[in-house]
Amino acid sequence: MEELMGSFNTIGIQHYLFLSAVLFSIGVTGVLYRRNFIVIFMSIELMLNAVNVLLAAFSRFNGDQSGQVFVFFIMVVAAAEVAVGLAILVMIFRNIRSTDINALRNLKW
Amino acid sequence: MNPIAFLILSVLTISSALMVVFSKNPIYSVLWLIICFFSITGHYILLDAHFLAVVNLIVYAGAIMVLFLFVIMLLNLNKETEPHKPMILKAAAVLSGCLLMIVLAASLQGYAQQPPAIITEEFGTAKGVGKVLFTDFLLPFEVASILFITAIVGSVILGKKHVND
Repeated sequence: MEELMGSFNTIGIQHYLFLSAVLFSIGVTGVLYRRNFIVIFMSIELMLNAVNVLLAAFSRFNGDQSGQVFVFFIMVVAAAEVAVGLAILVMIFRNIRSTDINALRNLKW
Repeated sequence: MNPIAFLILSVLTISSALMVVFSKNPIYSVLWLIICFFSITGHYILLDAHFLAVVNLIVYAGAIMVLFLFVIMLLNLNKETEPHKPMILKAAAVLSGCLLMIVLAASLQGYAQQPPAIITEEFGTAKGVGKVLFTDFLLPFEVASILFITAIVGSVILGKKHVND
């Protein structure tokens, strides 16, 4: 326990690496666990944010602001992706009247 | 970087992310995701990324989550309409998520300890990031605006009920 608390005396890059690894795995688990396509979409947002935190951490520890510009671009792309993705989801819902991804198996052989 | 603040924010981030995945009601998932994004904003402040913190708050916790909430309310989703996977698939999903976490953690194990770099006064502020954005990344910035226009037009066309040929 002492050793565990001692490792948190100074926050290094590895703490952020583990934090975003855990966040990313939670996002992957969400995609596999749920059948509601909106919640799957939210899990993808979680994964994007895990990467964002890691990029910001690397930018801070290397003293280079380019990493933050990358995060900014990821946010821009995520906003565009959410707008188009939710429009597609609403259109799918209008056609099949459910949010279940198992109803969308036309491409499955 | 304050260790106690980091610990509190990390616990908040991870527990709210878990609640996003495991809560039964999609509306609760969205609300937990908003809490998760707020704690990620806290992480940005700890990392001296002040501009990103504000952008994260406005774009993610503001715009994107309102859009999600709006769609969920519009589709009238709740606990009763929520489809569920069979128990064995859920167990397999959790197991594979844990395995992925173990693999990622193990591969990051030997990363070298490195003290934070010495930064200037304007690191991470709108001024500092803006200088980099409008000198080194000017072309990607302009291309991003075209991407946005495409996304807006695309979502309007997709959202229309009847498209006249």
